[in-house]
Amino acid sequence: MNAESSVRGEVHELSYAESIRDAMDIALGSDERVVLMGEDIGVYGGAFQVTGSLVHKYGEDRVMDTPISELGGAGVAVGAALTGLRPIFEFQFSDFSTLAMEQIVNQAAKLRYMLGGAVSVPLVMRLPSGSGTGAAAQHSQSLEAWYGHVPGLKVAQPSTPRDAKGLLLAALEDPDPVLIFEHKLLYKMKGPVPSGYYTTPIGKAAVRREGTDLTIAANSIMALKAEEAAKTLADEGIDAEVIDLRTVRPIDRETVLASVRKTGRLLCVYEGVKTLGVGAEVSAMVAESDAFDFLDGPIVRLGGAECPIPYNPKLEEAVVPQVPAIIRAARDLANGAI
Amino acid sequence: MPDTPPGNTPYAVRAYRPEALREALRKMLLIRKFEEGAEECYMRGLIHGTMHLSIGQEASAVGACMSLGDDDKITSTHRGHGHCLAKGAGVDKMFAEFFGKETGYCRGRGGSMHIADVAKGNLGANGIVGGGLPIAVGSALSAKRLGTGAVTVCFFGDGANNEGAFHEALNMASIWKLPVIFVCENNRYGMSVPTERSTAVKNIADRAIAYAMPGVTLDGNDFSAVAEAVDGAVARARAGDGPSLIENVTYRTRGHSRSDRNRYRSRQEIALWTERDPIPRMAKMLVSHGVMTEDDVEKMEAAAADEIASGIEAARSAPEPGVEDATRDVYTVHSEAME
Repeated sequence: MNAESSVRGEVHELSYAESIRDAMDIALGSDERVVLMGEDIGVYGGAFQVTGSLVHKYGEDRVMDTPISELGGAGVAVGAALTGLRPIFEFQFSDFSTLAMEQIVNQAAKLRYMLGGAVSVPLVMRLPSGSGTGAAAQHSQSLEAWYGHVPGLKVAQPSTPRDAKGLLLAALEDPDPVLIFEHKLLYKMKGPVPSGYYTTPIGKAAVRREGTDLTIAANSIMALKAEEAAKTLADEGIDAEVIDLRTVRPIDRETVLASVRKTGRLLCVYEGVKTLGVGAEVSAMVAESDAFDFLDGPIVRLGGAECPIPYNPKLEEAVVPQVPAIIRAARDLANGAI
Repeated sequence: MPDTPPGNTPYAVRAYRPEALREALRKMLLIRKFEEGAEECYMRGLIHGTMHLSIGQEASAVGACMSLGDDDKITSTHRGHGHCLAKGAGVDKMFAEFFGKETGYCRGRGGSMHIADVAKGNLGANGIVGGGLPIAVGSALSAKRLGTGAVTVCFFGDGANNEGAFHEALNMASIWKLPVIFVCENNRYGMSVPTERSTAVKNIADRAIAYAMPGVTLDGNDFSAVAEAVDGAVARARAGDGPSLIENVTYRTRGHSRSDRNRYRSRQEIALWTERDPIPRMAKMLVSHGVMTEDDVEKMEAAAADEIASGIEAARSAPEPGVEDATRDVYTVHSEAME
């Protein structure tokens, strides 16, 4: 399945947060097994107002405020998924999932395998992620590569309201645990979202812009920044192809390789720390494949700096890739200056 | 422990039919023989890896499962062979798993530490101390939301009571009044460290107060006492009155795992607890109340030994999983993109 499932509904302008809420509303309304769990997701509406007023529609038994117990809460969600419910567990910040690594990595990811396929864990976790909010080092990380390293998990990163809804509904259909990293800076961004039910396939990248001179492979908000950079590059006569990875596990090898075979140049852009990050995997995918023979220059990575996210706004901006840096790197790569 | 005073019939004899009592003793014997058999296989080099034996703790495993049906769930621990057999698992598939065979409960992927029998309600042993506690609460949440009427018995050891997961799990079970029974098997050592040095409270069940649930500490080698406490907690859970914490004080006469040299405890202590072996106590209770004769017990023990021997033989000749299938069952729907 390469495209969205059939979309019948009208298209409305919704914010990223509203589209996620719409997906959860549809799920709660159509499947009694679906429960939302998380900190302050009830009357407070969630730290980023994603669950909003769902508690008033579905009640506290289905939109469950958990205590501030990330490990225990995540484990309850694992146990519930194992025994018939379809929990959607919200971490208030993706950083707090580190408190629940045990349940995510040792339990949710491995139970099916350890038990020889006797069970599955249909669990969805939502993780508000990324920098740019001035929240500093413990509320701004991009941890998708950590979880992407774990067989048994799937990791999605929608960058548009449309994909945010489609990927969440796809995750709910999935019999295995899916972690969805939502970028906090996108929650208020509006975009076209079909009403009603549709899914966006997990494991399929989106080509946001077709081009012939170089491939920019990016994830989450970086795909949007890459698109913006591509507009400036086009004015300079550089025709960039922009790929939004959308999911990093499974990662869409074919779309990336096909693009690199066409353009002969690859720039990876990602907010997570550069070393051992998503761009390393994308680079290696190309280097290990026949697409390597099509390369006209070195693979270039732009990733997060090798430091925690700082508080000072100028520093915060400086430690993750921004549009001017993407333009410079793409220009140098396309012009053979690297 | 003193003998039961005349005229004071133990709970178990009053509560269960003779067949059920005989079956309980049979399971205790089966667990003992299973673990002795597994240990011997390990010593002979037939089984690799490690294992954690529960020899001496059989009354806790079997007593706690007396009022559970196949729809009721348990979560188990790294020392979980007894729980698995108590919940109804078969010896053949367990041994096949120990031998890493495709015919084992986990198709050779889990081994001793991840043994599970989901069809019988055993959600699995767990290699992480405290790992099963929140999962048990989740299982109880499912039962409550889906209205299945099932309860979940969560086995854990004294070591787990100092994990954060224990406290978070008990708190959530209590605030949501979930049908879960926390059964702590306090065998007095978290690997090598005695509870006196690891745990601030004298009795682990004292911690129930902090989570507003009933807590009781009892002789975990007394089958009847365990069954009575857990049956009461199960009834309470089924009635919608929420969780309970039961602490079965017991002892593992073997070491923590195969690497244990027993440097932290004395031979005298092990000998003392060996005298408190729950299996002869259970047999004596059943014989003294006319449930069975000593001859019956001997025959039962011999039959258990035979079952173990044939289980080991069957496991040795069972097929190995294929190396080409090493990445199967990581995901429910296998795809090349995931390799």
